[in-house]
Amino acid sequence: MSRPEYLAPPEIFYNDDEARKYTSNSRIIDIQVQMSERAIELLLLPDDQPCFLLDIGCGSGLSGSVLEDEGHIWVGMDISQSMLEIAVEREVEGDLLLSDMGQGCPFRAGTFDGAVSISALQWLCNADKTCHKPVQRLYKFFSTLYACLSRSARAVLQFYPENCDQMELVTSQAMKAGFFGGVVVDYPNSTKAKKYFLVLMTGGNMPLPKALGTEQDANGVSYTTKRDRLKQARGKSVKKSRNWILEKKERRRKQGKDTRADSKYTGRKRSGRF
Amino acid sequence: MKLITHNFLSSKCMKGVNVGFPLKISASDVKVTEVDFNPEFVARIMQKIDYPALYTATESIGHLEDLPKQMVENYENDEHFLKKVHHALLQLEVINGELICPETGRKFPITNGIPNMLLNEDEI
Repeated sequence: MSRPEYLAPPEIFYNDDEARKYTSNSRIIDIQVQMSERAIELLLLPDDQPCFLLDIGCGSGLSGSVLEDEGHIWVGMDISQSMLEIAVEREVEGDLLLSDMGQGCPFRAGTFDGAVSISALQWLCNADKTCHKPVQRLYKFFSTLYACLSRSARAVLQFYPENCDQMELVTSQAMKAGFFGGVVVDYPNSTKAKKYFLVLMTGGNMPLPKALGTEQDANGVSYTTKRDRLKQARGKSVKKSRNWILEKKERRRKQGKDTRADSKYTGRKRSGRF
Repeated sequence: MKLITHNFLSSKCMKGVNVGFPLKISASDVKVTEVDFNPEFVARIMQKIDYPALYTATESIGHLEDLPKQMVENYENDEHFLKKVHHALLQLEVINGELICPETGRKFPITNGIPNMLLNEDEI
């Protein structure tokens, strides 16, 4: 997987060309919209209530459009001037701000009912200037984000961690800033569809939402009772079942062999005391 | 930049700034856009709005338009008042101008409706 973080800092990488690509490539749009929808689902906002949300790394406002469709009012911040200009061109309803997330979220305390961020957080793990210290920048970001969220609000940040260390770094800084929560991994067994969502909660520790695509284990074949049912249909009982034992004893009796009488204890499992 | 954003924006990320609110606006270009009126949202957001700051901001960009100086009591059911607030919060947009930090006087330029809140190395 190519990592744009290695090529240039975000304000330089997302120049006019790259920004244009982001809004004309239908595959990128599809993925962004899907991830935004999933992020909103993970936010657990109250039903039928317009909320005031923050979009961190809003870019050209693809994720913001999804928020609009859900009826919410949003404010977006991004470090790339070109991306924001595309957003203005697309006439998104949200308000835009040119700001670096590593310098903190410039808002009053308790402003937002929730925050989303799509594919932005991994940029913070890089040091693009000599004055950049990733750990400090992450902490500044999370602590100011914590402050500008209202009580019991959530923040859902989709990101692409490079390795386990990076995930650990991001999560530990979020917890240090006072958040509860953790990482939800959707489709963990797929290389392409695998997505990391950092779900952060302010109002106390609650169970993390369930990840998608974890029902089937790709490492093994799940057990089915199909063969057993087929056997029963052919007239033979399932091995070791009560019916099977009774049939076997009946056969032995017919052969004239010494067989114990049937009782209610025949074929019954031992209780757990043994 | 809409005034709803201004009402929550602060310059407290800068070194040496404690509150950084409200930022002063000096606007050179203001646009009025039509936005759907959502009384439920406006009533809910009013709980968080700093009303004196909104009043001053509306006054400073010269679009006061009979916005009352004091917040009306029981505004939840006062549609007339909510509409005025809706106009001030969501329909007024500063396109070009400057935001000025109340404590340090640092200027944040607004171009094409986007305030530039980027800080220099020595300001963090």
